[in-house]
Amino acid sequence: MKCDQLSIFLENRAGRLAEVTRLLSESKVNIRALSLADTSDFGILRLIVSDFEKAQKVLKDAGFTVGKTSVVAVVVDDHPGGLHNLLHLLRDSGINVEYMYAFVQQSGSNAVIIFRFDKTEQAIELLTEKKIKMIPGNELSQL
Amino acid sequence: MIFDVDMETMPREELEQLQLRRLKSLCERVYENVPFYNKKFKEKGIEPGDIKSLDDITKLPFTEKQDLRNHYPFGLFAVSRDNIVRIHSSSGTTGKATVVGYTKRDIRNWANMMARSFAAAGATADDIIHNAYGYGLFTGGLGVHYGAEALGATIVPVSGGGTRRQVMLLKDFGSTLITSTPSYALFLYETAQELGIDFRTLPLRAGIFGAEPWSNSMRKDIEDKMNIKAMDIYGLSEIMGPGVAIECIEAQNGLHIMEDHFLPEVIDPETGKHVGPGEVGELVITTLTKEGIPLIRYRTKDLTRINYAACRCGRTFARMERVTGRSDDMLIIRGVNVFPSQIESILIETDGLSPYYQLVVEREGNLDILTVKVEMSPGIFSDEIKNLQKLERNIQRNIKEFLGVTAKIKLVEPKSIERSAGKATRIIDLRNQK
Repeated sequence: MKCDQLSIFLENRAGRLAEVTRLLSESKVNIRALSLADTSDFGILRLIVSDFEKAQKVLKDAGFTVGKTSVVAVVVDDHPGGLHNLLHLLRDSGINVEYMYAFVQQSGSNAVIIFRFDKTEQAIELLTEKKIKMIPGNELSQL
Repeated sequence: MIFDVDMETMPREELEQLQLRRLKSLCERVYENVPFYNKKFKEKGIEPGDIKSLDDITKLPFTEKQDLRNHYPFGLFAVSRDNIVRIHSSSGTTGKATVVGYTKRDIRNWANMMARSFAAAGATADDIIHNAYGYGLFTGGLGVHYGAEALGATIVPVSGGGTRRQVMLLKDFGSTLITSTPSYALFLYETAQELGIDFRTLPLRAGIFGAEPWSNSMRKDIEDKMNIKAMDIYGLSEIMGPGVAIECIEAQNGLHIMEDHFLPEVIDPETGKHVGPGEVGELVITTLTKEGIPLIRYRTKDLTRINYAACRCGRTFARMERVTGRSDDMLIIRGVNVFPSQIESILIETDGLSPYYQLVVEREGNLDILTVKVEMSPGIFSDEIKNLQKLERNIQRNIKEFLGVTAKIKLVEPKSIERSAGKATRIIDLRNQK
């Protein structure tokens, strides 16, 4: 149920983000979801892409520092309380969310939230047990 | 005013005779009393008797800072410990301090040189001298202190820190002279402004500034803002402390080297040979009179040139140009010596860190700001901000712990630090760009 997320180190300089999108665009890699965490000096761009291996190679070859992180894509009902119920569940099991970001699927009434947990395996086990829908990595990249 | 007229205005020919006499006696002393020099002389196949003219100095071996470290603490002392009355030491930030010892006569000579320095800056026994150099193992505070007393002036031993109080004391005591680092002088000025005190209305009329690199434009700035004359002073603990050379208020053009005590040379740092007259090179000093820890041809690493032309102040001592650079890559950050290699070893001890780094020094207001740029590498990369910030804090803590300097750590992208001719540019010093 884990998905591969690509993380890229970016200095806070004009044009760096555009350089990433240019490289991905030229390699015909599609971005499914993204989040950008930043400080005053640097940022970390996190991406779910249509072709992880290709994207990783292209960016590495261009000199970027890239990392691979296992994240979990959880389908959450797109109505008030949907996310809260999920977080409540995780809290009770002592699982911490390192970070998360969401995107809404074009079809249907569900949102997808990408989670980075401190205990990924345990989280997947819990969510499976509670019958909460997750999207496997290979599906996610093809959405 | 010239404090020591006999010496400071001695005709060059006489001065050189005096220097030669003292050089011969120095060689005998170190040959007899310092095993390190005895060995060095023998390695070079020379004896003290071989020194027949000042030009023969090129036969003598060089001494480097590392030699002092290798003989830590007292290994290069030339007199027995009971003749040493004071010890000073460099910051020793890596545990490899250089230790120097002074006999009673050394302290007296040093005080005399500092008294000459004050006089060169226009001071007399009537002056009140505000001394904001740090007191302690650092030579600045006590060196200035004894010099002011030798001159017969009134010394206010404020030392460093407590800036607001210093401003009040400057005003209340009506100090006429100040000694500090140039950046601290400007900090005092700004603090005074915040307190609503105009330096221009104070009796202060001159300052002696040193212990860190500063530019001529910074001098102008200090002189304009504080309405004083600002003199550059040179010294280093291995040689003596402050007062090795001083600018005169008459010319403010080059620092007169106390040539009766120190024999200066300028060499090409690569070849060790003398450079041509008036050319820039590394300053090398032989301590002609020092008893505690005399040094032969000490390589200061400071780049300068020497002007032997007569000065309008009447002193015959040669003048060295304001030191603008170093032949090694040492940085002085807020009075602390920092070598890039020290930063490098700290970075290397952090697992996975890239060996590419750069030190950028800027002056914000009047404070030196050191930024250490470190290239990101896969080994240390994390997709979580907090991990990278923790990494920055660790590096910062280690640098503070080992070097005593607070540095700003900046993680940068790989290859973003410029490689010039295969070798990285380690230092970007923007302090003198004004």
